[in-house]
Amino acid sequence: MTTTSDDLSKSPTVKGPKRFDKPRTPIGKAGRWSEDRLGAAGGMRKQLNKVFPDHWSFMMGEIALYSFIILILSGTFLTFFFDASMSEVRYDGSYVPLDGVEMSRAYASTLDISFDVRGGLVMRQIHHWAALLFMAAMLIHMFRVFFTGAFRKPRELNWLIGLGLITLGLVEGFAGYSLPDDLLSGTGLRIAAAIMQSIPVIGSWAEFLVFGGKFPGTVIIGRLYIVHVLLVPGILAGLIGAHMALLIKQKHTEFPGPGKTEQTVSGERMYPTYGMKAGGFFFIVFAVCAALGGLAQINPVWLFGPYNPAQVSSGSQPDWYIGFLDGSTRLFPSWEIRLFDHTIPPLFWPTLVLPGILFTLAGAYPFLEAKFTGDKSAHNLLQRPRDVPVRTGLGAMAITFYGVLLISGGNDLIAKAFDISLNAMTWAGRICLLVLPPLAYAITYKICLGLQRHDREVLEHGIETGIIKLLPNGEFIEVHQPLGPVDDHGHGQLQYAGSKVPKKMNELGNPHGSKIRGFFYPVREKSDIQAELDALAAAEARGEHRQKELTD
Amino acid sequence: MSTTHSTGEGLTAEEAARLSPEEAMIAGAEADGVYIVHRRERFPIAGTKAEKRAERTIAGVFLLGFLAAIGFIVVFCGAVPYEWKLPGAGNQNYRYFTPLVGGLLGLSLACIGIGVVLWAKWLLPEEEAVQDRHDGASGMTEQILMGGTLVSGFNDLGVARRSMLKTTLGLAGGALGLVPLVALVGAMIKKPGRGEGQSLFHTPYKAGVPLVYYDGRRVSPNDLQPGGIATVFPGVEGGVKDSDSPTLLIRLKPGQTVKARKNQADYGWGDYVAYSKICTHAGCPASLYEQKTGRLLCPCHQSQFDVLQDAKPVFGPATRSLPKLPLTVEMVDGKQYFTAKGDFPEAIGPSFWERP
Repeated sequence: MTTTSDDLSKSPTVKGPKRFDKPRTPIGKAGRWSEDRLGAAGGMRKQLNKVFPDHWSFMMGEIALYSFIILILSGTFLTFFFDASMSEVRYDGSYVPLDGVEMSRAYASTLDISFDVRGGLVMRQIHHWAALLFMAAMLIHMFRVFFTGAFRKPRELNWLIGLGLITLGLVEGFAGYSLPDDLLSGTGLRIAAAIMQSIPVIGSWAEFLVFGGKFPGTVIIGRLYIVHVLLVPGILAGLIGAHMALLIKQKHTEFPGPGKTEQTVSGERMYPTYGMKAGGFFFIVFAVCAALGGLAQINPVWLFGPYNPAQVSSGSQPDWYIGFLDGSTRLFPSWEIRLFDHTIPPLFWPTLVLPGILFTLAGAYPFLEAKFTGDKSAHNLLQRPRDVPVRTGLGAMAITFYGVLLISGGNDLIAKAFDISLNAMTWAGRICLLVLPPLAYAITYKICLGLQRHDREVLEHGIETGIIKLLPNGEFIEVHQPLGPVDDHGHGQLQYAGSKVPKKMNELGNPHGSKIRGFFYPVREKSDIQAELDALAAAEARGEHRQKELTD
Repeated sequence: MSTTHSTGEGLTAEEAARLSPEEAMIAGAEADGVYIVHRRERFPIAGTKAEKRAERTIAGVFLLGFLAAIGFIVVFCGAVPYEWKLPGAGNQNYRYFTPLVGGLLGLSLACIGIGVVLWAKWLLPEEEAVQDRHDGASGMTEQILMGGTLVSGFNDLGVARRSMLKTTLGLAGGALGLVPLVALVGAMIKKPGRGEGQSLFHTPYKAGVPLVYYDGRRVSPNDLQPGGIATVFPGVEGGVKDSDSPTLLIRLKPGQTVKARKNQADYGWGDYVAYSKICTHAGCPASLYEQKTGRLLCPCHQSQFDVLQDAKPVFGPATRSLPKLPLTVEMVDGKQYFTAKGDFPEAIGPSFWERP
């Protein structure tokens, strides 16, 4: 039934001598043309033959990469119409409710993109949605890498690059969010200025340097613009290139399983199958962004009005990826240090020190884990989260901490929606921030141990079949299906190998559990095809048998 | 893997030329350390109904993608108007423009994406390939040769011997390395507080500066009902635009009293008090006022200030009371108008290092 490479590459069938030195087909000619100039046949073949493992969790990084491409495409469109200037104009575009209002050119041109440029609004919305997706995909990708231990040697460098990408993504997103110069983004910039001011010793110098004077000044939008369209995207592109180059050099990790080893990688070759799937997936990610951009309104800046330092809208929310900093700022108590006629404002700790600690811990984690476990060897096979309860617990702890901050970033909206006191929400956030993470650690640790025990139990006693048997002596027992050979006491002999243990009867009989296709029922071949296949397999078996007899 | 036959780069060109494309692919893959352990056509018998059905389905998806793209072009090029119109004052169909172009673009992209993925999953041969990783450090010989190359280069340069060159080049390079930083920072740096309107400690308020609304009208004590508030600004040029000027003028309800801070007993006027509107935490306007309790809330981080305790922070992250503006009233043409008796007695807005 299956044809192995041995069968396919049996001694080449002898055909007449081919004129391989003089290509005649168009493809052959094109190949010769490029080969004479680039000489890349061998190297290219190596890349085309590269093997990529397949698992749904490996798609998160792909989504991040594709949203970056979508951001560049949609962002380029926007640059043709956006005017990053803070000089004041009187609005006279087609959005009548703001007619005659004084505003910056940045805000006016954002309104023009939304109302007077054909397709401008959909592009703006695609750009914004893709940015939210970019950050979300990077974060989820980071979780995947963390919980499966993919960051371990030799991949610590890529972990650090990834962390750099998330940090720069934050900066890039915030810069882009600030560009329209509407009331919401202006409020965000006002807070950013206050954060800079809060740095000890150099705070007001930093603010005056960045804003070209006191907030808001007249230069910040222009500066953020070049940061947003050239500086940070350039660095992001370079880091993404390095991230990919390391991935190609080190090859992808994969989950343990039958036939999986540390020395090999298995899956589909880049060309044609994997490349087609990945290319198709790019279009699907783009489709989601385009549909969201068309159908789901985001950041309707015309409702907020131009920035005005005297105004603010209630329920002011940053984009979700800044939310955790907003939350930490809301929860932090009113502690101000005043020493010798100087002040360290309360804003400094939750907005600069806390993220500094969080990112430093994340960056140091691979090295800390290697140090504490004493594991200095290279790993290409991933771990199931349950098999490393401490790490999984720490991850759950970090996510809980982050989650409490994120939720607290919107605690006013929650308080309003559920009619809870805002002060109660703040106190709940403060308490949860300290209590929930250790709790999450303990619970996750226990769950991991429980899952581990269950794996071993199934390996030892077999799968519960659901069949209850009445013994002659009146005892009821449940029949268990052993997974392999058993000893005298009926105990399984299989050792846990770090891969999924089948726990249901219909997961049996397939070494690659995931290879059973179909959502509710396994997909079977059509009966006519199956019959033909069986016949082929039988013939093959007979043929091999005969061949064996002949060679014997 | 099979070791019975040599493949890939072991082949002569003549031998390779005799291989079928698939055989050549396998030979090339094995030369790259890629072994195809399982390969099977999805439809081993060509031209069955099932295969044609799969092909037709994918073609249908592509066709839908084609139609959606054409639809996008038609809508984009004018079939639906895109110009915004006031409700009741023109064609409102522009409302459908963005959903339509976004939806059609999404549909077209989705069709191509799904079609290509289905093509790969349904029609391409089922394949499981295994590739040797060959990773980790380079071979020992490689490492030794590389080390030798580096050390030999160092020796040629005389890094160890010529310490004078090393030091002087280090000095020059180090100093030059600072140039970009110095150039950028040096060009951008501004001394905090220097220049017109740049002070961190002062606002445009001075003794005698009139209080005005955003549109420039002067503020009179008769404007507000008890319990009312208004955002007012210094009546000087650029006063309403200045980010430090927004001021909350509050008229207390009868019976409400404010216990003034030290030396600020005469800052209010009658039942009026005025505070900087800029939150002392992060600089947002603290603009939500609850009449009954006399509390001000900043919507950014929920700092709360109790006006009856002279705008003292009572909840949230803010640490300092809102600065209080000294008020007085002048008579113009027989009408009373507010003026400032002076600037705020302290810096307004978020704290910073230089602030005592």
